[in-house]
Order: sequence, then C-alpha cells, then structure tokens
Amino acid sequence: MATNDLKLLGGWFSPFACRVQIALSIKGLDYENIVENLNLKSDLLLQSNPTYKKIPVLIHGEKTICESAIIVQYIDEVWKNNGTSSILPSNAYDKAIARFWVSYIDDKFFNSLRYGLFAQDDESKKKYFEELEEVLLKLEEVFNELSEGKEFFGGENIGFIDVAFGCYLSWLRVKEKFTGTKKFDEAKNPGLVKWAEAFSAHPAVKGILPETDKLVEYAIALAQRLAAAAAADAAPPK
Amino acid sequence: MEDIKVFGLWSSPFSQRVVWTLKLKGVSYEYYDEDLANKSNLLLQYNPIYKKVPVLVHNGKPISESMVIVQYIDETWPQIPLLPQDAYERAKARFWSKFIEEKSMQMMEFFIYDGERQERAIKETLDILRVIENESGLSEKMFICGNTIGLADIALGWVAHTLPVMEEIVGVKFITIDAFPHLHSWVKNFLEIPVIKNNLPPHEKLVEYFRERRKVFLAMASHHHHH
Repeated sequence: MATNDLKLLGGWFSPFACRVQIALSIKGLDYENIVENLNLKSDLLLQSNPTYKKIPVLIHGEKTICESAIIVQYIDEVWKNNGTSSILPSNAYDKAIARFWVSYIDDKFFNSLRYGLFAQDDESKKKYFEELEEVLLKLEEVFNELSEGKEFFGGENIGFIDVAFGCYLSWLRVKEKFTGTKKFDEAKNPGLVKWAEAFSAHPAVKGILPETDKLVEYAIALAQRLAAAAAADAAPPK
Repeated sequence: MEDIKVFGLWSSPFSQRVVWTLKLKGVSYEYYDEDLANKSNLLLQYNPIYKKVPVLVHNGKPISESMVIVQYIDETWPQIPLLPQDAYERAKARFWSKFIEEKSMQMMEFFIYDGERQERAIKETLDILRVIENESGLSEKMFICGNTIGLADIALGWVAHTLPVMEEIVGVKFITIDAFPHLHSWVKNFLEIPVIKNNLPPHEKLVEYFRERRKVFLAMASHHHHH
C-alpha cells in the first residue's frame, strides 16, 4: 500500500491518465498504479466513476476524484508545498488563461487528432488533419506568448498547459507513424518542436509517456475495433 | 479603480452565469449587450478564438468561456465563495460544474429539432437530468455540492428559468415533481435567491425571443428534410 494511500486507475495508453502520473511525479508522491482494461472495466472503476465510467480516477484514501484536469488541480492544491513550484499559476488571471487553453486543447486539438487518426474515409482524415494544423499554429502563438522565451508554457517550470498538452505527444508520434508527416512542422511550429523535446526530457515526465511503438500497436488494434464497429453499424439489418 | 466590462447577450444562458456571479459578489461592471449578427469590434478583439459572448474584461485583460470567467470572478472576489474550502469538496463541485457545462448544449437540442430527432433529443435531455438528479448529491443538500449556491448551480441555473421557456414553446415538461423531485426543489430554491430572482431576463421578452429562434430552427430542419 502506497504511503500516501493513493491509487490511480489509469492506463499507459491514456493521455489523461498520464497527466495525473506527471502531476504525482512533480509532487514526488508514491501511488499504486492500476492499469485498467477498457474492454473489461474493473468494479472499482465502475464504482469510483459511475457517471462516466472512465479513467483516470484518483483514489485518495476514501475519496475518489475524476476528470484529469480536476485531478491535477486537486493534487496541486492538496500537496501545494511539495515540488519546486505549483502546477497551476498562482494568480487568478493566469489561472483563467491556463484553464481556457487546456479547455481549447481538449476540445479542438484532441478532436481533430482523434477523428483524423480514426476517420474511416480519406476525405474526413484530410479535413481533420487540416484543422489540426490550424490548431497547432494557434498553439505555437500561445506558446510564444506564455513561455516568454523560457522552455515551457508555464515559464521556467512545467505548468498546467504543459502537462495537459504534453500528454498528447505520444499520440502525435502515432500520427507521425500513420501518416508519415512529422508531428510538428519545423517551419511552422519551431517553438513547439523545442518545447516537445524539453517536455519529454523533463525529470517528472521521463518514463511516463508511452513508447511510440507500443502505442502504435495499441492504436492499430483500436482502429481495427472501430472499423469493425462502424461496419457492423453500417451493415443492413438482416 | 477597477475597470470591469462584460460583453454578453441578455437571452444567453452562458452570459447569465457571469452576470449572476458578479451580482452575487456585489461587483460593479459595465455591461455591453451584443447583437450577434453584428458583433462589435471590441468583442472580436477580446475574443478572437471563439468570437462569442460572454467575455469579461478586467482592467483591459479579457477572459472568455463562461465557467472559466465564473471561476476567475470567484477567485478574484472571494466574498460569497462559490467553491468550498476543502480540496476534495472543491474537486466534486468542479466535476459537476464540468459535467453540466459539457452537457448544456446537448440538453437544449430538443429545441432545435422536430420529429424523430427531437424525440431522441428529449430522451437525451431526460437522461442527463436523471444523472444530475441521482448522482450530484441533491438528495442530501439544497444545492449541488452544498447548502449554499455554488459553481455547479451557476452552471445549471439556465435550467431554472430558460429551460421552462423552451419547454413552453415546444410543448414538453422535463422537471416534474414526480420524475425529478430533487431538481424540482432545486429549481425553486435557486429562483428564490434574491440576487437570482432580481437578475432574470424578463419572461415575456424571453418567450418572444425563443419563439423567433424556434421558427428559425424549424425552417432549417424542414430545409434539411427536403434535400
């Protein structure tokens, strides 16, 4: 049993679970890492997150906390004296900006990426990946503005946007393998290229983002399941 | 001297969240009602990403997304706090606030459609309301996550007075005392809060507004059927 009585119901493949792992790592916290099989969810997961039945869930003693961004804020608040700096900015305006961009990333970036990766036809794929490029242009601007010449969106230290966006890097590498195009265009997103290197090399992040090859295998299996499901839906009733 | 501007739309549930929060805390502000067909240059400058209301501008610094704004106001003016002190209770309140925020557009879809699509949308609204009814703790507390009005209540507030207007026009009724006893009480309690009661858009004006919107949506729906 971990000394802080912390359990994470997560999965190595999930960018959302990775956020929580990185937050725990930033704060130097031990925890029991439970990898869920999403095709056969544990009773503990179903009971801990009855509303969404999704990972990640943080179990802290008797308390269950759901939704990755909310869990990260919880960790930041409860262990505010751990680690070198807080994950969320300290002033209210910067917090609002960080929350706005994390919300934007989880909506615009995440949806373009996942719909693009798993789209059933080439035209849709193209459309979603074009949207993704536009989103990345915007995020390059945001990075330049917020980093103020430093390594991270959070400045000198990794912050809320870094943790949220950074956990998608492995899936961007999957896109690289699937499509043959680089995850960030070096001409259009030079800031994000450097940021990705700095983020992946950060001590709190090392070992947490899944290896690309392993994730590619996972993505291929997922794509096959989704294609089969789509075919089943489209098949005329007998 | 604080300079606070709000760009909103009097009929928008999302704008109302910001107005209620500022009023609850007794914060003065200048309000600009936006004509969405003809957005002001100021609005486009302050919210270039989404070009939407509401936007709060505090001493020249803009913030958009209603619930991001509400949390900002709560953190900047701590009187009448909308979040509890305890980190776990806060996480729960944020969870419900996020759930409600995410599902709000979907809950309104019954107003956009007719026929079979509307029937499905009605069912989805009922399903979402059922989750709130059964899982958000309304059986134990007067408000979501507490005995005083909080973040999640502000998010859901539109259900107390804008939803009934939509229901009236379409001819449905969601929150009956039999089907949703807790939500039914919640609606009454929410509307009885003086700041809320005194800051609702006028009912008749809202009915007229949404009647016009319904005509537009029906026209779009029938146009869709004919292709």
